[in-house]
Amino acid sequence: MARDPGRENVPAVQRLRIQHAKRGRLRFTSHRDFQRAFERALRRAEVPMAYSSGFSPHPKVSYANAAPTGVASEAEYVEIGVLQECDPTKLREKLDAVLPPGLDILDVVVAHTSDFVARLEASHWQIELPGVTPAALEAAVAAFLAADEVMVERMTKSGLRVFDARQAVLRAVVVDESALTVVGETPESVENPDESGLDSICAILALVVRHGVPTVRPDDVLAALSKIADLVPAAPSRMTRLAQGPLLEDGWSVGDPLAADRSQV
Amino acid sequence: MTVQSVFPALERLLPFVQKPVQYVGGELNAVIKPWDDVTVRWCLMYPDAYEVGIPNQGVQILYEVLNERADVLCERTYAVWPDLEKLMRENNVPQFTVDAHRPVGAFDVFGLSFATELGYTNMLNAIDLAGFPIHASDRGDNDPIVIAGGHAAFNPEPISRFIDAAVVGDGEQAALAVSDIIADFKRAGSPGGRDELLLRLAKSGVVYVPKFYDVEYLEDGRIRRVVTNHPDVPWRVSKHTVMDLDAWPYPKAPLVPIAESVHERMSVEIFRGCTRGCRFCQAGMITRPVRERSMTTIAQMVDTGLKATGYEEIGLLSLSSADHSEIGEIAKGLADRYEGTETALSLPSTRVDAFNVDLANELSRNGRRSGLTFAPEGGSERIRRVINKMVTEEDLVRTVTAAYAAGWRQVKLYFMCGLPTEQDEDVLQIARLAHEVIKAGREATGRKDIKCTISIGGFVPKPHTPFQWAAQLDHETTDSRLYKLRDAVRNDKLYGKSIGIRYHDGKPGIVEGLLSRGDRRVGAVIEQVWRDGARFDGWSEYFSYDRWMAAAEKAFADEVVDVAWYTIRERELSEVFPWDHVDSGLDKEWLWADWQDALDEVEVDDCRWTPCFDCGVCDHMGTEIQVGPTGAVLLPLPTVRSEVVLSGS
Repeated sequence: MARDPGRENVPAVQRLRIQHAKRGRLRFTSHRDFQRAFERALRRAEVPMAYSSGFSPHPKVSYANAAPTGVASEAEYVEIGVLQECDPTKLREKLDAVLPPGLDILDVVVAHTSDFVARLEASHWQIELPGVTPAALEAAVAAFLAADEVMVERMTKSGLRVFDARQAVLRAVVVDESALTVVGETPESVENPDESGLDSICAILALVVRHGVPTVRPDDVLAALSKIADLVPAAPSRMTRLAQGPLLEDGWSVGDPLAADRSQV
Repeated sequence: MTVQSVFPALERLLPFVQKPVQYVGGELNAVIKPWDDVTVRWCLMYPDAYEVGIPNQGVQILYEVLNERADVLCERTYAVWPDLEKLMRENNVPQFTVDAHRPVGAFDVFGLSFATELGYTNMLNAIDLAGFPIHASDRGDNDPIVIAGGHAAFNPEPISRFIDAAVVGDGEQAALAVSDIIADFKRAGSPGGRDELLLRLAKSGVVYVPKFYDVEYLEDGRIRRVVTNHPDVPWRVSKHTVMDLDAWPYPKAPLVPIAESVHERMSVEIFRGCTRGCRFCQAGMITRPVRERSMTTIAQMVDTGLKATGYEEIGLLSLSSADHSEIGEIAKGLADRYEGTETALSLPSTRVDAFNVDLANELSRNGRRSGLTFAPEGGSERIRRVINKMVTEEDLVRTVTAAYAAGWRQVKLYFMCGLPTEQDEDVLQIARLAHEVIKAGREATGRKDIKCTISIGGFVPKPHTPFQWAAQLDHETTDSRLYKLRDAVRNDKLYGKSIGIRYHDGKPGIVEGLLSRGDRRVGAVIEQVWRDGARFDGWSEYFSYDRWMAAAEKAFADEVVDVAWYTIRERELSEVFPWDHVDSGLDKEWLWADWQDALDEVEVDDCRWTPCFDCGVCDHMGTEIQVGPTGAVLLPLPTVRSEVVLSGS
């Protein structure tokens, strides 16, 4: 409440783009939960935030394309506006230090470009399916890719939506366990190594999905696999966004969305 | 033996429940210690949903005090919602802590903080989900010692068959003393097992252990006497009182949840205890004497707490925050310090006077003035003399008008219904008061958009208060009075549209009354209603009055007592109360004299500003009033350059 009116319309002198992860048990963090935790972390890290004007000023933070609640991610992006120029390396270290383990800051760059959100063209997802053999998954994926469209439904804020989950999928391959990306240790997994362990039988699906309206999420693809090939995992699947960014020339590789900002330094 | 985390099993259930983040822990400032590095392991529970339990100061303080000890670890658990409970039962996942997801049954101590009696069924459910017996007498050497604390523990008798012990009063030193006793016992190889440990705890006087006390009844159902059945156990157990709050500046690093909670702010307790002497107020009676935290310590706790949490709001808590001897300096000092930092200060004070309005103005200097709350508690001056809430109608109208004039648009007024000696007329006066308030407010401001909200709670007589002898008002009369008041407000043609009214029906109050002044026989009702499905009784969508009454009928089938006997019956001077062997320090004769004064409409002063009137607490407990002023001054905080800012900038 105590607020210096003279500061109200001071514009940000610098914008910074931040890549962060949502790991382990904190993948159950909702987008709103993350916003609160992140804005408190900015205060703990004493980041000189720019604020919006008005009766209840908010720090200038923009969030893009948050992964759904319950889905882990190595590639979430946030942009902040600050009143004093910050050192991105120090900001990364400080912010990461004040966030709980599981919400981890991976990269910070100074924004030099304007079309950031447009660069988030597609996501690379990894899905672990407990109790499913690689062979069964191969068959289901083949059936899915052979189809022109697979309609699925999902409850959204605006009601039940029915949409195609097939066309947005640019690539779907069953990967070997050795190729599995295991990320992030939480305090619990340190003490109980079993925690991040996999079921004895577990197939792994790598997906590249183009962003669109409505966004096709990895659980939509699972719903499609279930519909087209009766593929149902024995336990809830563990889903992780490994990357999001621009599509590269091959049409399915996902590039680094911060590369353009980095190259301008 | 290391205990395994239940998280892998729990994790599979979480995609199917509402708000899974509440079960995963990971709060900022949470502590996870290796299981084998310590001797004594505590699991603390606030027996309500996570969103209600996580901000609880009692649990946060004990969590930190206990975890500071090298030989102790402390984790937390909360009530799980029915959606998860069902899945846990189907998949054999036990009640778990949110810190390291260890099974609650593996801990040495299971400590519960009861702010209200309506958490009792959640305790039974948690014990049952943890997989150990709900009856203390059925527990073995490897089961946790169940200890109840919090204000409801001042009458632990209704839950005496479920708990092994109760801590009465402030928990900080008591929890450490219990830890010492258990550590010594375990280091000695746990000689004599559970029975010996409970005896050691009882002999120390640190806790009340119900199994060493026998209750004898008269034929008419009243208690004849309560006697100890062991020669080494004290006949009464005394409350604990922490003196010198500056020496106990907890929590230093408050827990900051990822999930949303009911209080999204940091709290600093600015003093403990209250001697205003409101006769209905159990908190004011059982937390005496007043012990202030100094302005300097408060300011330091605010500073370290903000740095540790990143919260945007600080609440200065106590039973009546405007009564701190240096509250004016504190408010101004903190408002100066945090000006321009987007940090809001709040003072949940409901005192009805102009000074309180000045304070609220100071704290909201540069911000929005939305709502301000006052608590006259009684509708008529007569009833306010009965309850010892010394506010005249003139005071109230003047105070509220000052608030409107200072730019506050909405004023909330708290009242109670069902107070001793109350007639319809006393409650109907509330409508007239609200009318006068709006009238004066419109005259003072010339505005028509000012609003007044009346909020009314049903009065429940509580142990250790002058009203412990009083008859509770039956719920039918409570409801009819509230309807009459509602109609009176609606019929106010001039100002009715500016007056809002909020109330709850009288039924939950009867169950609270049964549990508040109940004895050991009420335990059978709690057990029955829990078996019949009662959970989350503090939530109107889960509470069922009919289920409680059916359970009481079954449990009391062979007793001479019933719900009415516990609730709407007035007691006589000679009655032995179920809580007489729990010593709050208050002299029972003084309480009776204050009850008689209430009936005679005689007021009593506050002992902070007048000579002692012998309530008994300080003499009996060896405590003293600790108030300022200290005369200290809060200097501006030094501005430290942020580490993340570029050096040239």
